[in-house]
Amino acid sequence: MQSNTSFRVLGIETSCDETGLAVFDSRYGLLAHALHSQVQLHADYGGVVPELASRDHIRKLLPLLREVLSAAGLGRSDLDGVAYTAGPGLVGALLAGAAAGRALAWALDVPALAVHHMEGHLLAPLLEADRPEFPFLCLLVSGGHTQLIDVAGIGRYGILGESLDDAAGEAFDKVAKMLGLGYPGGPAVAALAERGMPGRFRFPRPMTDRPGLDFSFSGLKTHVLQVLAAHPDNADVRADVAAEFQAAVVETLLVKCRRALRETGLQRLVVSGGVSANRAMRSALRVLSEEEGVRVYFPRLEFCTDNGAMIAYAGCQRLLAGQAEPLRIAAYPRWPLDTLAPL
Amino acid sequence: MKILAIETATEACSAALVQDGDVIERYVVAPREHNRLILPMIEEVLAEAGVVRTQIDAVAFGRGPGSFTGLRIAAGVTQGIAYGLDCPVLPVSTLAALAFQSFEEAAGEGVYACLDARMGEIYGALFRRGQAGVPDLIGDEAVLAPERVEAAGIMVRLGVGSGWVTYRGVLSERLKTVVEVLEDHFPRAAYIGRLGARDFAAGRCVSAGEAIPVYLRDQVARKPRTQARE
Ligand SMILES: Nc1ncnc2c1ncn2[C@@H]1O[C@H](COP(=O)(O)OP(=O)(O)OP(=O)(O)O)[C@@H](O)[C@H]1O
Ligand SMILES: [Mg+2]
Repeated sequence: MQSNTSFRVLGIETSCDETGLAVFDSRYGLLAHALHSQVQLHADYGGVVPELASRDHIRKLLPLLREVLSAAGLGRSDLDGVAYTAGPGLVGALLAGAAAGRALAWALDVPALAVHHMEGHLLAPLLEADRPEFPFLCLLVSGGHTQLIDVAGIGRYGILGESLDDAAGEAFDKVAKMLGLGYPGGPAVAALAERGMPGRFRFPRPMTDRPGLDFSFSGLKTHVLQVLAAHPDNADVRADVAAEFQAAVVETLLVKCRRALRETGLQRLVVSGGVSANRAMRSALRVLSEEEGVRVYFPRLEFCTDNGAMIAYAGCQRLLAGQAEPLRIAAYPRWPLDTLAPL
Repeated sequence: MKILAIETATEACSAALVQDGDVIERYVVAPREHNRLILPMIEEVLAEAGVVRTQIDAVAFGRGPGSFTGLRIAAGVTQGIAYGLDCPVLPVSTLAALAFQSFEEAAGEGVYACLDARMGEIYGALFRRGQAGVPDLIGDEAVLAPERVEAAGIMVRLGVGSGWVTYRGVLSERLKTVVEVLEDHFPRAAYIGRLGARDFAAGRCVSAGEAIPVYLRDQVARKPRTQARE
């Protein structure tokens, strides 16, 4: 949504292990964004340690806020609203950003908005110049979610299918551990897969042989473990396992996307969330979109994973529509996407 | 001088406005409701004082020790307000606030202030009654087993804080001179604000981004390799 006057919204993202801040202007688009990733902090622990994540957010928020405002050439009083991620996510991490964001809005006497993190991901492709119009089909593939969503407009989400167990990104992370790769594992598995040969081992494409749009990725882990146990541990085996695992995930997502497009008749496919950065998946979905005669949209790579820009964008749209939060620091660790208010 | 003070380190949640000698406070005991309560409480104290937010000169907050999440709510709110109003921050010890309150309510030259830190430990510190009843820290604030508490050569007549509820027996054994225990006290914004006002007058301010909790307990996660050896 573009408007003739500038309405500038600060976005704050702290739901997990990235501190992200950004300013979105309703007239000029994204003005600035800054991100601090905690990957190094958690690497030695093999996963996100919630208390360490929260401690880091509270240290990084203000330096990043100063950074985005100065990059945008704005002063604090130029902000017209503050949007912060209120969930879903780690409660302590959410509270750090929510407390600072909600209090900042109060001090500046501007409205605040509690943003749903997955709505942020889902709308991230709308930050691009060539952006999809509503309605569209959204494949949301991240560390905590794998969902196919019928998106009629902002806040009008029909969940068509979702993972019954592990999310696709979670499966990447777990397989990365089995392959002795670090955390987070998605990019590392993808890089290893480039050097391997899919098809040498054969993993199932879970739930593709029956109707419906739900997913299940937890079974793939067992196949990975079995193959690794049955073969000598060497670089070729690991690369071939990574390649076949990635091929299985990508093909499964592809089959369900095709099915959902045909069932809904939607003409646009939007793919977002951390796994949408995956190159093999991007090219497979591009081919699919050509075959099906629909257009496919992705966020730019840096906005696939968590960031403040998508939160500023989602918050801006809702604030412009007159929505605002009461004087409360909102944090909802579990928060179903389909309970959001439509715009 | 108008100091806004907030305190959310324990089950209690409070906000206060300290103006020269005058203190207006809201205080409730409401576990896990601080995120919902603190901002409306701030508005209430300002309204009662007839002060608007832009008149606030500095924000004092209970910087710890205390519940990790509670400390971050206070720190986050303080960062947001201080940055938004472009005013300085006054980090105040929750144990000093407890000690200050105990000196006002009871006689005695020394107090041991402590909070239950779970896992068999307390956050504690010794204070001596200073000028105008303001507590002077003796030694360091620490997270420790109550069995290790020592009087450090001063006459400790008072005890204050939730640590005394859980470890009354051990603490009385370690600090035999204690004759009075105020165990149902939680740190409060009124005392945070009054101590903050003294720091403000002395020029001991920091910037919004330096509103960071003092947790005392820093060992919060173990690396997988260390775990495997046990
Ligand atoms: N190139 C890639 N290939 C596959 N997976 C990837 C790639 N890049 C990132 N990922 C995965 O994306 C996930 C991170 O994405 P994101 O930040 O959106 O998730 P999250 O915020 O942890 O979860 P959620 O958004 O569901 O709460 C991780 O699981 C990571 O392994
Ligand atoms: Mg995410």
